[in-house]
Amino acid sequence: MTPYVLTDSWTMTRRELAHWARQPGQVLVGLVFPVMLLLMFGYLIGGGRGVTGDYVDYLVPGMFALTMAFGLEGTMLNVTQDLTRGVIDRFRSLPMTNGAVLVGRSAADMLQSAVGLALMTGVAYALGWRAHGGPGAFLGAVGLLLLLRFAMLWVGIHLALIAGRPEMVQAVQILIWPVGFLSNVLATPDAMPDWLGTAVQWNPLSQTATAVRDLLGSQGGEPGHLWAAVAWPLGLLAVFFPLAVGRFARLGR
Amino acid sequence: MADTAITVEDARKTYGTEHALDGLDLHVTWGTVHAVLGPNGAGKTTLVRTLSTLLRPDGGRIEVAGHDVLTEARAVRRRIGLLGQYAALDEQLDGRQNLEMFARLHHLGARHARVRAAELLDRFDLTGTGRTPVARYSGGMRRRLDLAASLITDPEVLFLDEPTTGLDPRGRAEVWAAVRSLVGGGTTVLLTTQYLEEADQLAHRIAFVDHGRVVTDGTPDELKTLTGGDRIDVVLRDAGQLGAAVALLPVTGVSVDTDRRLLSAPVADRMSALSGVVRALEAAGIEAADVALRRPTLDEVFLHLTGDENRVKEAA
Repeated sequence: MTPYVLTDSWTMTRRELAHWARQPGQVLVGLVFPVMLLLMFGYLIGGGRGVTGDYVDYLVPGMFALTMAFGLEGTMLNVTQDLTRGVIDRFRSLPMTNGAVLVGRSAADMLQSAVGLALMTGVAYALGWRAHGGPGAFLGAVGLLLLLRFAMLWVGIHLALIAGRPEMVQAVQILIWPVGFLSNVLATPDAMPDWLGTAVQWNPLSQTATAVRDLLGSQGGEPGHLWAAVAWPLGLLAVFFPLAVGRFARLGR
Repeated sequence: MADTAITVEDARKTYGTEHALDGLDLHVTWGTVHAVLGPNGAGKTTLVRTLSTLLRPDGGRIEVAGHDVLTEARAVRRRIGLLGQYAALDEQLDGRQNLEMFARLHHLGARHARVRAAELLDRFDLTGTGRTPVARYSGGMRRRLDLAASLITDPEVLFLDEPTTGLDPRGRAEVWAAVRSLVGGGTTVLLTTQYLEEADQLAHRIAFVDHGRVVTDGTPDELKTLTGGDRIDVVLRDAGQLGAAVALLPVTGVSVDTDRRLLSAPVADRMSALSGVVRALEAAGIEAADVALRRPTLDEVFLHLTGDENRVKEAA
């Protein structure tokens, strides 16, 4: 570590923000896609197995959680693209803090996710969805969602460092959909066969979705999932954060 | 300050079964240009990437500006500039954004970084590029910006990995001029190249590298002496007189190039050979278009060292 951890990280974060300014269209697509999914599942498909009552009320917190998990794709793509560009050699030959490249990436991705979450919340409100349970509970829910995103971010960075090339991201993109849907974001595990329901309940995504539903007073919320919604992401971080940082430091070995 | 700017002793780097660096030794004196010359795959890029801390060697002692590349990588990075084979720039950002970012990462303050970026844009004639992202730069502009980015802190040691490969003659001349002016300012330069002419033009010393080792290392003059000293070239007006001239001239070992009406021969004493040749031609009434003493070219040296004509063509 150097005394320049913060300034280096800030410089790298500003680089990502400058990229946004250069390609606002790309950022916009990334923000609009989850909103599209929400509308599609909420109105086009319009229901999930075992969900009775207002489906949108059940779906919205689930889509929040799903969006956080799918953020992994964007992170992977950005990291692999950076690795294949010559600029990474310049960064690695500068006296900057080693991890600042990754910190910049994660700060920008977290910011994009926070903006995405705000946009989805706005759209959900326009559709008539309401958060119950007060501002404290609402902030708690946002905290849980961003914690999940942060964990998925470092999973994504690690996978990207292993994959190395943008083409390899496609394999992960194909895998993340079933993992995302194998949760309670769209349908309740009560209506599933026992073995599937168990797997679905263990999915970290389900834990976050259930805890968020509970905090927001939405359908499908159950008390007692808060600890799992915190422990899962922290566990993932404990594994993947050191792996990713170590792997980045060992580039070139 | 360390005695030498770059010390490489018994450097080793293996990829699978391939020895990219196979016990390479190199010493570069402060303030000089040292060219590393060799064919593709000789280990030139591996050497530069190792020296610039991008690649960890498997073994050997490697120091740059007095600091070990493995244990003191950050100290090395503070003192070096790197111009790699491919542009190490952020393609989405413009020139000023790139330079300011790299200056900040060299830990210049915000204001200092802005001033430095403006200076470098001006020096490399890139001030007019404005907000154009690097992705839309021409090859020459990209190379100039890349060079500017490697000079942000006036590095003590500058690595140039095939800096002119793929550039047109004008771009090449620009890079050469920039290197000469840097060396004039005291920068030590290690330059890899496949072009013999480039090494001859720029370098104080040249190391021939092949199969991950230095085959020979010396000044351009020393290397040229390896093939047997000076030569005299005589170009005649009339190709029909070539045979007569060969018999007359007071030199031995003459080679004849009929197409170019050229006689070429090694000489021991430059001045007596020159005056002897001129007098002999005058006495016989043979008209010469040109008579010149010269050192052997580095192509001739490379051919001599490797004994393999195909390899030389590849390298040149």
